[in-house]
Amino acid sequence: MSRRTFRKIINGFALGMSGVATLVGLLLLGALLWSLLKNGLAQFSLDVFTRMTPPPATGGGGLLNAIYGSAIMTLIGILIGGPVGVLAGTYLAEYGRNTRLSTVIRFVNDVLLSAPSIIIGLFVYELVVVPMGNFSAISGAISLAIIAMPVIVRTTEDMLNLVPQSIKDASTAMGAYPWRTTVSIAYPAARSGMLTGLLLAVARISGETAPLLFTALNNQFWSTNLKEPMANLPVVIFQFALSPYANWQRLAWQGALVITFAILILSILARIVVARLNPARVRK
Amino acid sequence: MTEFPGGSIVHGPRRAEVNGAGGSDGRRRLGEAGLNAKPSGRMHVADSLEGGVPARTVGEVSVEDPVFSCRDVSVFYGAKQALHSVTLDIARRQVLAAIGPSGCGKSTFLRCLNRMNDTIPGARVTGTITLDGQDIYDKSKDIAQLRARIGMVFQKPNPFHKSIYDNVAYGPRIHKLTRTRADLDELVFTSLSRAGLWNEVKDRLSAPAVGLSGGQQQRLCIARTLAVQPEVILMDEPCSALDPIATARVEDLIEELRASYAIVMVTHSMQQAARVSQRTAFFYMGKLIEVSDTDHVFTNPQHRLTEDYITGRFG
Repeated sequence: MSRRTFRKIINGFALGMSGVATLVGLLLLGALLWSLLKNGLAQFSLDVFTRMTPPPATGGGGLLNAIYGSAIMTLIGILIGGPVGVLAGTYLAEYGRNTRLSTVIRFVNDVLLSAPSIIIGLFVYELVVVPMGNFSAISGAISLAIIAMPVIVRTTEDMLNLVPQSIKDASTAMGAYPWRTTVSIAYPAARSGMLTGLLLAVARISGETAPLLFTALNNQFWSTNLKEPMANLPVVIFQFALSPYANWQRLAWQGALVITFAILILSILARIVVARLNPARVRK
Repeated sequence: MTEFPGGSIVHGPRRAEVNGAGGSDGRRRLGEAGLNAKPSGRMHVADSLEGGVPARTVGEVSVEDPVFSCRDVSVFYGAKQALHSVTLDIARRQVLAAIGPSGCGKSTFLRCLNRMNDTIPGARVTGTITLDGQDIYDKSKDIAQLRARIGMVFQKPNPFHKSIYDNVAYGPRIHKLTRTRADLDELVFTSLSRAGLWNEVKDRLSAPAVGLSGGQQQRLCIARTLAVQPEVILMDEPCSALDPIATARVEDLIEELRASYAIVMVTHSMQQAARVSQRTAFFYMGKLIEVSDTDHVFTNPQHRLTEDYITGRFG
């Protein structure tokens, strides 16, 4: 067998294996979406968006309070976690590049990134819920912020590192202070990547269940009070899916469908916004 | 994923390695040249290394009323010394070309003048450099104000990811050089005109700068530098990434700018040094070997190393 034939066989084998791996991944994803659509769309109605979570074993009802709760807690979570994460990522990429402190921060951030979210729920329980005396939406938002932060730190740092040093140098050489170079040069160049990072964080926290169990808990009723327990989709899905009641189980499927598609739509919107924001996108 | 021009991912200390690696490289190449050189009555290049690097620079290092005055300037990257007590004055309204093989310290020297070496972790500069008689390494001096007086053009065109207009307006904006929008428009116009770019871009000032050709980008970078109204312009191999036509345009531009600015240009091309500069400094292994009028250096070099380098024996 000539070396060329041998290489062709190796190449075919590697190509085939990666094809199979891709197929397995896609099939699993397809199966997941399929069962979600099949079960979620069954008896789907606008009531999901307009009515409150119903009592067990009755008909009708919706998820309005849970959708609102999830949206508001995710929003507050990103409003807290976003700025902290972006600033920390900026420090790591632009200011503390080779310092020992940044090495420690990077390591701790990686630990936090992979920490089980239930631990973060317990942490916030001790830190916020116990002193407050009751479960609350704000403690839920704080735990979501803590989960979002490491994701944002990591993506911000990575994206800023991708900005060529040469344009940062050009700004420095023109007499720009470091903060100016970061804000006027590095951020605009890294903008689309940073936005993607924020979005990943939104996707991550909008589906988190464990930390909310210990913090926001749940609420059968409409509530906008951040100091009170608040309904939220993940916990409602968790609770309803485990229940023996048919109408609750159906709402759990529909809730899962709503979360998935909300994130999908958000991702698409963000991509459009990024494309619009970035006329100066570099030609390859 | 975001992509950038020349989009390599940069980590850790960067230019320190680029500048630092050259010493041994220069020696190796020099050795080869020495071996290949025809035996003659002359000393081999490799031999000249041993006793050849002079304690003092050959030629006249000082000038009357210099814009920059460097005395015993040494640069260390960590433990490695990249520049060995360079003493040199830089004259006004004149192009000084810095030539020498890779890693000889010419870029390092250039980066001392606007304190860009400060941005490299572990870099240390000793000696004194004065700009118009004021010590630029004076701790009480504001480094950003200093850099605003010294423009810099880099090896690769590096326009910001902004529009053409905003690229030129960046400097004036951060230094608040203009009061009104009309003044800023005027300054952008003058800068682009002086850089010979206005006619090519006047209809698309709001277009992204990265859409320009390489030569246009480099002239935009020069326009951007001019907009800050510096006293000196430092150029680090400004044409090495350009084709011959774009190079010729930039060289013409340098010739025009010389009337108003002191220009220090690092170049790998001896032809370019001969074409555009009035004074040439030859660096070798971190030392300033010889400096003199360009004509003089190229027709009648005083030092053996200079002669070997410009005749293409090494480097």
